[in-house]
Amino acid sequence: MGSSIATLIAQRIALGVVLLLAVSVLIFVGTQILPGDVAQSILGNQATPEALANLRKELGLNDPAVVRYFAWLGGVLTGDLGTALTTRQDIATTLMPRLWNTLFLAFWAAVVSVPLAIILGLLAVRYRNGPIDKAISGFALASTSLPEFFVGYLLIFFVAVKLQWFPSISTVYDGMPLLDKLRAIVLPTTVLVLVVLAHMMRMTRAAILNVMQSAYIETAELKGLSAFDIIRKHAFPNAIAPIVNVVMLNLAFLVVGVVVVEVIFVYPGLGQYLVDHVAKRDVPVVQAVGLIFAAVYISLNIIADITAILANPRLRHPK
Amino acid sequence: MARTQAKPTTDGALLQIRNLRIEATVYPPGEAPRDITIVDDVSLKLEKGKVLGLIGESGAGKSTIGLSAMGYGRGGVRITGGEVIINGRDILKGGLRGLRRLRGREVCYVAQSAAAAFNPAHKLMDQVVEAALLHGTASRAEAEKRAVNLFRKLSLPNPETIGERYPHQVSGGQLQRVMTAMALCPEPDLIVFDEPTTALDVTTQIDVLAAIKDAIQDTGVAALYITHDLAVVAQVSDEIMVLRNGKLVEWGDTQQIITEPRREYTNQLVSVHQIAHQEKEAVGEPLLKVENVTAAYGGGMVDVLKNVSVEIRPGQTLAVVGESGSGKSTLARAITGLLPPRQGSITFDDRELPARLASRTRDDLRELQMIYQMADVAMNPRQTVGTIIGRPLEFYFGMRGAERDKRVGELLEEIEMGTGFLDRYPAELSGGQKQRVCIARALAAKPKLIICDEVTSALDPLVANGILKLLLNLQEIEHVAYLFITHDLATVKSIADSIAVMYRGEVVRYGPKSQVLAPPFDDYTDLLLSSVPEMEVGWLEKAIAGRKMQSAGN
Repeated sequence: MGSSIATLIAQRIALGVVLLLAVSVLIFVGTQILPGDVAQSILGNQATPEALANLRKELGLNDPAVVRYFAWLGGVLTGDLGTALTTRQDIATTLMPRLWNTLFLAFWAAVVSVPLAIILGLLAVRYRNGPIDKAISGFALASTSLPEFFVGYLLIFFVAVKLQWFPSISTVYDGMPLLDKLRAIVLPTTVLVLVVLAHMMRMTRAAILNVMQSAYIETAELKGLSAFDIIRKHAFPNAIAPIVNVVMLNLAFLVVGVVVVEVIFVYPGLGQYLVDHVAKRDVPVVQAVGLIFAAVYISLNIIADITAILANPRLRHPK
Repeated sequence: MARTQAKPTTDGALLQIRNLRIEATVYPPGEAPRDITIVDDVSLKLEKGKVLGLIGESGAGKSTIGLSAMGYGRGGVRITGGEVIINGRDILKGGLRGLRRLRGREVCYVAQSAAAAFNPAHKLMDQVVEAALLHGTASRAEAEKRAVNLFRKLSLPNPETIGERYPHQVSGGQLQRVMTAMALCPEPDLIVFDEPTTALDVTTQIDVLAAIKDAIQDTGVAALYITHDLAVVAQVSDEIMVLRNGKLVEWGDTQQIITEPRREYTNQLVSVHQIAHQEKEAVGEPLLKVENVTAAYGGGMVDVLKNVSVEIRPGQTLAVVGESGSGKSTLARAITGLLPPRQGSITFDDRELPARLASRTRDDLRELQMIYQMADVAMNPRQTVGTIIGRPLEFYFGMRGAERDKRVGELLEEIEMGTGFLDRYPAELSGGQKQRVCIARALAAKPKLIICDEVTSALDPLVANGILKLLLNLQEIEHVAYLFITHDLATVKSIADSIAVMYRGEVVRYGPKSQVLAPPFDDYTDLLLSSVPEMEVGWLEKAIAGRKMQSAGN
């Protein structure tokens, strides 16, 4: 265990911070380029020029863009995400519970999908080119090919309406018992699992099959290990880096890409919040949510990078 | 496929193979797949505690036979006939479950490249004791104790702690010994050694060989020892079996095979392939002058070439010898401009060459060609032999059409292959033919100097011999000079006019061949020369006893 590994990890994290700053600039510039005047959209078409001018001054819209950017960034760094234009509410306080809801949904989807994908991948390798492998691959491909809204409505129709096993609307609120919450999110979780499963499963299968060509797999075979032990003990540890990469990409999707699913199941998460406010041109909210999504994406990718570094015995145990 | 239904009788033998037949399906480009026979009607018998050497060129089926003793077929190879009887039962009839109980318990395997055969993700100790634990032949504590004893017996450094290391933290020669310990740890009855020293430097090979021999004697395990090097197998085997194209040629005890072989093919293998090469006098101006060259990788942290000066006369051969890591190939990279030296100059044909490849003229490039060790990866697999050889003619001389084709034909004649090969792809050629095509491609540029980087190392001895003869002939015809990089001293004796011995980036001995190879020797040259296995029973013990210095791999 050397300092070299600490340096490498520190570099990755520093790089992530720089990247996040760059993204914040992009988000800010992007929302500035959007046509339309914020003051106008708040006050409506009937506003007097004086009222517009006052509001612009109040919102600081007359300052140069650079000043406004740093004011915004300073706010973000101190936990102040600004005020929503449409509702006049503090963004941070409205956003936090929704963020937790989204993370709650993503967490359970990940808890189900990641182990399932890896186990299915291992099974597919163990019985490769046989009926089990083909069935797993076929099912996984079919589930990804179907758009999530289609799968969502299908589940609502059969499971919620016909069978009445689970609610079709996933309402959760503060103080709701955990079991009830879990019951409420069964259907959206299922949809999310189906969407991300195939990608992770296919990558696990490919990464392990690649390792299976190595000479040390033959060594293990000639020690008399069973096929599944060979995959688990000798192939999997050497395939971790590519698998973690895909897992992290999909976890990021679970947080960032849930918009459609949240809308279908009327789930009070970040995605729905974003969709509502994009429609209303509420720029500060769009900026805040965009920044959170970017942060999630970048940090998960940093975790993937660090895992890949830690999984490499050459880096963990230098000569 | 007629399997004898008689109950297996073993006559006290540990391993008995009867009428073994092994087949595989090949998929030649552009043809229908067909079955080929890799091993045809081979029988052998091995008693407890004895060592049988399997010897032959590549394609002889020796590894395939060795692995059949574990019921294993590499890459789609199928055992289609015969019996493999170990400890009184036919292992081919026990199913996969029976094979799994056999592997790692009764029969263990030592691979050619231990570096690839160890899992990079696990500590050495975990891998060494794995088979013993799996088969329940020892508790973890017992197995580890056994492993440490084996590490000590195989004279590995720090036997108590080396098991805590990962494969990449241990040198190649040491790893090969750890692999031997891994095979011995479950206390098997039989070990299959598959070319265990072939990938090692000659000075390291002798240590590993001695360690393996001691371990076999101390533990009383029987062994199948597979190699293409008769001198090596003569040191460890009680009996030797010579194979060719999957068929048995000759089987006898070691002394008989190497002193009075009964078959012509064995005789060819046994006879020393020295080419009588008369050293040329160093006359005239040098063609290439390397003066005080110092070079480093990665921004000058460690110098891998230190103050190297050598010369080559036109039409002569300088051999550069040394172990891996001695800087031989780096010298070639410095001369070709792939690695610009930090200091020193390279003069070629009375002009100083620019250090960087990008600053050299097309003529500089043309007059200095290279041939590589791995002929098959040095050619584009999707181009025909004609295209490959024709390419330098187009590039350097602008030849087109019939003119080019005529010259390609002449070159094919020169490398003794003929125009029948024009439309062949590299995959359809043998190892020796591939190397010949690479030689023709280098010659097509009409170079004054060809750098040959271990060009015969990957080839079987007889084929390698043919390539060396061809190179010498071509030198007579084309008056081209060679810089010949090799670790094999027999090759050096056959081809060199002058020799540079390299050790850790420095030239430690340099001069005409007759001088370099005549005593008194410096310690390193002595080690190199005394490490080359000789076809003589008992050579190994003598060589180990007479050494003046430890090999670098230790």
